[in-house]
Amino acid sequence: MASEDVKLIGAVMSPFVMRPRVSLNLKGVEYEFLEETFGSKSELLLKSNPVYKKIPVLIHSGKPICESLIIVQYIDETWSGHSILPSDAYDRAIARFWAHYIDDKWFPALGGIARAQTEEAKNEAIEQVFTGLKLLEEAFEKCSGGKPFFGGETIGYVDIALGCYLGWLRATEKLIGITFLDETKTPLLCHWAEKFSSHEAVASVMPETDKLVEFAKMIQAKFKAPANK
Amino acid sequence: MAQENDIELLDFWVSPFGQRVRIALAEKGVDYEYKEQDLMNKSEFLLKSNPVYKQIPVLLHGGKPICQSLIIVEYIDEVWSDKPPLLPAEPYARANARFWADFTDKKVYECGTKLWKLKGEEQAAAKKEFIEIFKFLEGELGDKTFFGGETFGFIDVALVPFVAWFYAYETCAKFSIEEVCPKIVAWGKRCMERESVSKTLSDPDKVYEFVLFLKKRFGVE
Repeated sequence: MASEDVKLIGAVMSPFVMRPRVSLNLKGVEYEFLEETFGSKSELLLKSNPVYKKIPVLIHSGKPICESLIIVQYIDETWSGHSILPSDAYDRAIARFWAHYIDDKWFPALGGIARAQTEEAKNEAIEQVFTGLKLLEEAFEKCSGGKPFFGGETIGYVDIALGCYLGWLRATEKLIGITFLDETKTPLLCHWAEKFSSHEAVASVMPETDKLVEFAKMIQAKFKAPANK
Repeated sequence: MAQENDIELLDFWVSPFGQRVRIALAEKGVDYEYKEQDLMNKSEFLLKSNPVYKQIPVLLHGGKPICQSLIIVEYIDEVWSDKPPLLPAEPYARANARFWADFTDKKVYECGTKLWKLKGEEQAAAKKEFIEIFKFLEGELGDKTFFGGETFGFIDVALVPFVAWFYAYETCAKFSIEEVCPKIVAWGKRCMERESVSKTLSDPDKVYEFVLFLKKRFGVE
């Protein structure tokens, strides 16, 4: 659908940006990727997302849509083909719940590891990530019904919500030397992570773990450098 | 044992999040059993129905729980689709509705809480932030009757319960919301003309009393 005017403002390293990219790939929609430079925000971004000034922003025929999960739902409702959200209303509510939990509690815990000022805070954050993964393992069992994805046979909303954090999860594992996705603790999620990452709609847009590690080290160095007051 | 079509709502009287659900149910004319929860002493049923967050509101439909107020409102809208919709039909309008409802979730309650919990400079900063948040909302409302246009919809449901908290916020932080955001206050009054809203929102005096109780509990002067 080259005649469709679809642009995505984003950055390769951002897990939030990866969500609409996977969604558009699943729908077979072509789009122009407008990559932001780290450390500065383009005029277009500021104009398209005046409230949050953040990526991703999907611009469809000149109209901006913001917030990654809202964009994913928009993509699902606008283009036919692969269904991202379940068809049953209750299943949709459950999918939305887990996506909300992942963004509201789980990912901030992961981010909390790097942000922790004390050893105690760091360990608490690590504990929260493990607890969350256990919850998500149970959720996976219920949602997947024995199939490969949260969405069942095919990639769905929760797969996209959680799967797009896998790069950063693996990067964090490397940075702190702890294995979060452990076969002995969360075997279903381990297997799912492989399947998700290797899916054709995902593989090309999943950032490389080593590049994320480099990027994280660069940011950490920047924040730990003494400020000139 | 819940019947297939039984609707129960686990809620707390003054919760703006619970009120969103009550308003949505009223708009759709749905009968349900309201179950007031003691949040200082949470029931087994609540903990079992929402083990992840252990919070209200929780809607149970035929015994199956749905959590998170905006998710519940979307569920209600989708299930009772024979009644006037809360979300628009067109995808872009839907994305816009979800964006502003989500904005309300991210910003209003937390900032409002700061207004009664903090003092001095920190409270002043929260006041500034509060006004900024509502100016954004006022910008989105414009001169429309409701956020969705002529019809009461998703964004209105998401935001209107907080109108009952305005008096408490104004009294604690000493400012007038009407002065800075007159369109929002006028919109609030229009919403109150709807039975679903007027019968659901708490009395502002009772909300203020509740805030004073919270202040005491948190040791805020």
